[in-house]
Amino acid sequence: MSEVSSWFRIYEMFQFDSFHMYGVIGSALFFGSLIIFFIKKLKIKSILEGTPITIAEKEKGWKRYLLGGIIFGCGWALSGACPGPMFSLLGAGFFPIIIVIISATFGTFIYGLVQSKLPH
Amino acid sequence: MISIVLFLLLWTGKNFGMSSNLRTLCSMMGGGKKVSLFQFDWRTQQWNLMVALGVIVGGFVASNYIANDSAVAISQKTIDQLVAMGIEDAGKSFAPKMLFSHSAFTDFNSLMILVMGGFLVGFGARYAGGCTSGHAISGLSNLQLPSLIAVVGFFIGGLLVNHFILPLLF
Repeated sequence: MSEVSSWFRIYEMFQFDSFHMYGVIGSALFFGSLIIFFIKKLKIKSILEGTPITIAEKEKGWKRYLLGGIIFGCGWALSGACPGPMFSLLGAGFFPIIIVIISATFGTFIYGLVQSKLPH
Repeated sequence: MISIVLFLLLWTGKNFGMSSNLRTLCSMMGGGKKVSLFQFDWRTQQWNLMVALGVIVGGFVASNYIANDSAVAISQKTIDQLVAMGIEDAGKSFAPKMLFSHSAFTDFNSLMILVMGGFLVGFGARYAGGCTSGHAISGLSNLQLPSLIAVVGFFIGGLLVNHFILPLLF
């Protein structure tokens, strides 16, 4: 089990007390980059649209990534959950996560409101 | 498993990124009336809401039918540290009961942690244009420099809170 949705694992990860989380993310990256490499090399087509799969390049810059990333990381260490695990914890019956999901949605909304005033 | 999900989403012409679901939820609830970020047709993003729904179902199936031992095998050092901080179920449960069992709904400290944590994740993920699935997995697999910067940010924030804030809260 990858256990990425366990608050304990996230705590452990930021303490560098175990290889586990790095192993999960590392192996996902290893296979992920292989897959993307082959998709590009073999020009694999999307099965629904029939056109070659293109992966959007992220827009250039650094401020939004660094500042947004830091803010995200703070929340991640507090709640132990990033968006994917939020949904799986809900399904697994850890109902207080609904509070996290609601305030995360609210946080997204507030970002939308102040977006134009932030450095990007 | 994660890379298989990445492949399946790419193969169907989509992408792997969970935090945009939060943006879609805002749009569905009418956020577009006030804020331009949410003025898009959320119905085009229904596939991603389906992914989220699938994740919810997956969580249900995994917890009820697959995992037999739910305690997470974290290191002894972590367990000792957490127990010293007052989190006694470290090493015995999947997630701390203080935050993730029903008692969290009536404990002010727990609620504040959940609300602040959630808010920062939602705000930060949209600001950075992605969370761990969009940046750490998809972006890095595609060798995108912005994603590396985002992941560095994730760690700066996470390490700061983990080492300086969490000890104060527990």
